[in-house]
Amino acid sequence: MFDATVDRSGTPLCEMRDMQKAFGGIRAVDHVTVDLYPGEVVGILGHNGAGKSVLMKMLSGAYQRDGGQIFVNGTPAEISNPRDARKYNIETIYQTLALADNLDAASNLFLGRELVNGLGMVDDPRMEAETRKIMARLNPNFRRYSTPVAGLSGGQRQSVAIARAVYFNAKILIMDEPTAALGVEETRMVAELIQELKRQGIGIFLIDHDIHQVKALCDRASVMKNGRLVGTVKVDEVTEDDLLSMIILGKNPKDAAA
Amino acid sequence: MTDSTPTHDATEPTRLKRNFFQTLEIDTRLLGMIGAFIAIALVFNILTEGRFLTPRNIFNLTIQTVSVAIMATGMVFIIVMRHIDLSVGAVLAVTSAMMAMTQTVVLPQWFGIELGSWIIAPAAILVGVITGVAVGSLHGWLVGYLAIPAFIVTLGGYLVWRNVGWYLTNGQTIGPLDANFQIFGGINGTLGETWSWVVGVIALLLVFWAMIRSRRAKIAHEFPVKPVWAEVLLGIIAAVSILGFVAILNAYEIPHLRLQRMFEARGEVLPEGYTTGYGVPISVFVLILIAVLMTVIAKRTRLGRYIFATGGNPEAAELAGINIRFLTVKIFIIMGILAAVSAVVASSRQTFHSNDIGTLDELRVIAAAVIGGTALSGGIGTIHGAILGALIMQSLQSGMAMVGVDAPFQNIVVGSVLVIAVLIDTIYRKRTGT
Repeated sequence: MFDATVDRSGTPLCEMRDMQKAFGGIRAVDHVTVDLYPGEVVGILGHNGAGKSVLMKMLSGAYQRDGGQIFVNGTPAEISNPRDARKYNIETIYQTLALADNLDAASNLFLGRELVNGLGMVDDPRMEAETRKIMARLNPNFRRYSTPVAGLSGGQRQSVAIARAVYFNAKILIMDEPTAALGVEETRMVAELIQELKRQGIGIFLIDHDIHQVKALCDRASVMKNGRLVGTVKVDEVTEDDLLSMIILGKNPKDAAA
Repeated sequence: MTDSTPTHDATEPTRLKRNFFQTLEIDTRLLGMIGAFIAIALVFNILTEGRFLTPRNIFNLTIQTVSVAIMATGMVFIIVMRHIDLSVGAVLAVTSAMMAMTQTVVLPQWFGIELGSWIIAPAAILVGVITGVAVGSLHGWLVGYLAIPAFIVTLGGYLVWRNVGWYLTNGQTIGPLDANFQIFGGINGTLGETWSWVVGVIALLLVFWAMIRSRRAKIAHEFPVKPVWAEVLLGIIAAVSILGFVAILNAYEIPHLRLQRMFEARGEVLPEGYTTGYGVPISVFVLILIAVLMTVIAKRTRLGRYIFATGGNPEAAELAGINIRFLTVKIFIIMGILAAVSAVVASSRQTFHSNDIGTLDELRVIAAAVIGGTALSGGIGTIHGAILGALIMQSLQSGMAMVGVDAPFQNIVVGSVLVIAVLIDTIYRKRTGT
């Protein structure tokens, strides 16, 4: 339904090749390969426990991979902690939002990357000014800069988490169910934001449960089941039922056609 | 931001009407604690027929509070990070033992340094601080890297360190301590009237400078600022508090006989009718410096920001790339250093080291931090709150002693106050939603 002009002829922005991760005896991610091109949204689908979040956490540095390789712009990337991932301009919006509830919006936005003045002291006024700038773009109604984020609404908290990813010039963005806790209006705002980020050439991995949303927002979808990749399809070329049968039955529509 | 009125959320109509204290931007919890402290002081003043609020008693109250207050500032960081330290009294004892042995045995007997040499005090303090760092590193490593709960690690430390000190001193009381070392003890080391005024005025100028700087930074970023009358009022409050504090401590006059001895020691004769006040005790001055330093760490450094972020949401802090394990080591090192500084104050106040020094301090320190608004669930706490908490506890204790309340009742009251303070704080937080 959107201009399907994602150019996949060049090097992928990001490629995760043959990724593996086990917890105890359970193979949470079992030889999975996915890739992502500039300006593309790739949905990562599957049931709870299919391994989507684990796969993405290996990219964001929250988990260390057991095996496999990550390429950013075609060059191998060493990602063993969240700091490494940030170096490659990989930003993540976690489902839990990962906000420190006792701190204000600016402190959360710059957490781990504080602006400091000449004396090495954190420069709160400057960080707040920057936060106001980015929030004016993302959520113009946002006003509560000096209260702990614990007191904010779900949508406001979400916009702080999104601002954190957008502010630092993400090239690769991981969104883990970004609209799960949001109302209709806020969901629409996130959808618009995704379109804007696409236009800027940012690649987005979108973890989602909602098939409608995936059809509407994604260019391709990679479906996982029990830690394995069922397949990757262009969402325009499959029906919602196809996607559902991939998720539930682990059946790839291409295999079925063949 | 073209409007000059403070920003408020449209979804929050209750805040449109800002009351007096909100305009001043004073924390209402802090206000409550100050109110409680004043109430306690006034009640005891009535019960003791005016003896509680004399310069002499206020002077004693401040020097009695210092040791616990210094450690309470470190305990804030520990509790904010969702840990606990049950060993601070024992660490105080072992660092005190190390310092006492350094100045009475190691330096004079092993290194042949003359007793009374200027080097003894600084060397002893250095040894104490190094001991504190070592113990703190060990605790932090066990908690942060080996993931043993802080409760267990420091419960072990509680049993271990005091007895290490006992072993080092063979259980003997070590003293008298070096004369220069003793200036940190309170009455044996004060700034005197003139220097107290100098320090007070410098402190006041620094407060004014900080206020102006903060206002300028806000204006530069076009943030709303307090009305000028509010700033001026806060400035006046600061001036009255700081200079009033100095004036009270200066008003406690050195007794005539003691003055005579001081002049004789210098080979002079006490002039007829000469009187002078003690002024600010050096130990109190040290506490103030530590309070400022710890507040700066908490509010203006990355270290402080990470401590509070980790206390608020450890997972989020980790995902933001914060090295929580090393952060844990750092806060325990800070605690160790502060325990060593407290040991300097505590041992020099009693002029000797004894095995029971700092007994029960861990509980007083935790209570001070908690009464001061530090939440055991983590993420919330202030340095000034903890110091005020220590002051409230000490006021209760010495006030009751002055009134002649029996010892068991003193502890019953202090224990009850701790629980009630936390109850009030819990209710306050529920109401304000913070």
